[in-house]
Amino acid sequence: MEDKPHISLKPEKVFEIFGFPVTNSLLAVLIVFLVFLILNINHFLESKKDPKKRNNLYYIFNYILKSLYQFFYSVLGEETIKYFPVLASFFLFILMQNWFGLLPGVGSILIKAISHHEEQHMVPLLRGGTADLNTTLALGILSVAISNITSIQAIGFKNYVARFYRIKDPISFFIGTLEIVSEFSKMISFSFRLFGNIFAGEVLLGVIAFLLPVLASFPFLILELFVGFIQALVFTMLTCVFISLGIKHH
Amino acid sequence: MEIEVIKTIMIGITIVVGSIFPSKAIGKIGLQALESIGRNPEAESGIRTTMILAIAFAEAVAIYALVVSLIIKFV
Repeated sequence: MEDKPHISLKPEKVFEIFGFPVTNSLLAVLIVFLVFLILNINHFLESKKDPKKRNNLYYIFNYILKSLYQFFYSVLGEETIKYFPVLASFFLFILMQNWFGLLPGVGSILIKAISHHEEQHMVPLLRGGTADLNTTLALGILSVAISNITSIQAIGFKNYVARFYRIKDPISFFIGTLEIVSEFSKMISFSFRLFGNIFAGEVLLGVIAFLLPVLASFPFLILELFVGFIQALVFTMLTCVFISLGIKHH
Repeated sequence: MEIEVIKTIMIGITIVVGSIFPSKAIGKIGLQALESIGRNPEAESGIRTTMILAIAFAEAVAIYALVVSLIIKFV
């Protein structure tokens, strides 16, 4: 136990496919994506069947989706049904990515990897997908892009531009410019909030397991379950609120 | 002083100072939310949603401080 726990801000490359580096968090994202896809396809196929022959997973999934729908209904009202697929996908995808990093074997199974300095060192084979700033930045940019595009779709291009480019008086012009800056700051804030929470959780679990290997990580695992759920909820809720702000007719 | 000493000190100071104001803010948000639920129990669900949103914004700033201190330590 002379070594420090293996903590690295950047994701590490584990292998290459035709020159494209595949990092350990990209591998985890792909695995969770496949699981998510299988779950959704299963739900879709079950919904076409006779109600007597559906299996229980369909009803569990239905219950989760209904609770989410009611949760978004309080913000979006009657328009929820239009934006519900995006929001529910965000929530379930981010939730599964956050919780994937807590499974046994993720972060602890090490393989040999050769960095481009031609030296061998051990890196984890899998790592939580959202503990990588690339993933969270992509999710943040996607969320801001979606809220802007739905705004254009709902209230028309002229009204959308009128939000940012107000030329009535100097103060309105300043507020319009602030709106543009705030769109970019939303991207940064989304990505760093999710990344910071999940990465700090990983570091915390690693350090606690390093200090006291027996049973001390248990309350922190529960905390990480909770934090993963709350961060997925907050991400989706903020996207929902920004969508609802964008589609308001004045 | 050597750079390693300064780095170590700044890691500690960054996260400590960066957590003071977010935690005060979150406390204040919770307090106001509870008061307004007490005054108007019907609007509880709307108030709770807004409170969670505001707490997420306030906590994000503390997370920025945490990320900066992690960057100083590990990069």
